[in-house]
Amino acid sequence: MITFYIAAAVAVLATIMVITRYNMIHALLYLVVSFLAIAIVFYVLGAPFVAALEVIVYAGAIVVLIIFVIMMLNLKQESVEQEKEWLTKNILIGPAVLSVILLGELVYMISVSGSGTVDQPTLDAKAVGMSLYGPYVIGVELSGILLMAGIVGAYHLGRQRKKVVHRFLESSQEK
Amino acid sequence: MNTIPVEVGLILAGILFMLGLISVLMRRNIIFMLISVEIMLNAAGLAFITAGAKWAQADGQVMFIFILTMAAAEVSVGLALILQIYHQLKTLDSDAVNKMKG
Repeated sequence: MITFYIAAAVAVLATIMVITRYNMIHALLYLVVSFLAIAIVFYVLGAPFVAALEVIVYAGAIVVLIIFVIMMLNLKQESVEQEKEWLTKNILIGPAVLSVILLGELVYMISVSGSGTVDQPTLDAKAVGMSLYGPYVIGVELSGILLMAGIVGAYHLGRQRKKVVHRFLESSQEK
Repeated sequence: MNTIPVEVGLILAGILFMLGLISVLMRRNIIFMLISVEIMLNAAGLAFITAGAKWAQADGQVMFIFILTMAAAEVSVGLALILQIYHQLKTLDSDAVNKMKG
């Protein structure tokens, strides 16, 4: 139980560090810490399979994908300076105040409606699999279609346009 | 051993979602905005897991797997879009792409 609170505190602190960094790689490394802390929260809540998925897919795959793209863009020190210029105190105040008001309302509504404690046994991967391929099999198929669309879309968008070398076509291709 | 109030889990999800929302509102760098969306999706998944653990049903974890799938597809398409924007405009400023040309 104390594990839950420590992991929750680490997750919140790491996320605060993510949203205040100027350097993108530093923010991503704090994001990995945040994901690992949330994985511990999942484990304590009795979902070990999802905790493993969180580490493998979020901290492993998605963050590495973003790091690859940052490397491809080849950003230099100027981008950190520019980020420092963009992210000022004045810009932070408006969204922060409004979001904190909304969070206050949410916390009030959740705490008014008391809903007991989590003291259930852990649900292992077998229970998740039985549910996933039993009543939710249509969702699995739709996820397959979504991933297929994602692959095709990423390939289509990420492809470099071929340069047209013909001099008559060049002017029409420019704009 | 395992007696965590449901409210604490839901409030933790709310705090993480709020941090992501603040970040997506205040940043101008597109990659940071994408990272913030990941934080928000993760917080939504945490709410599902907490609710699933309350009733000892696997449905919450199944929903988290769907959120995970959606996040992976979203980040791959988003990063491809970011690459295209950077190649065409040589900047990561989200204000630079506010004019669509059909």
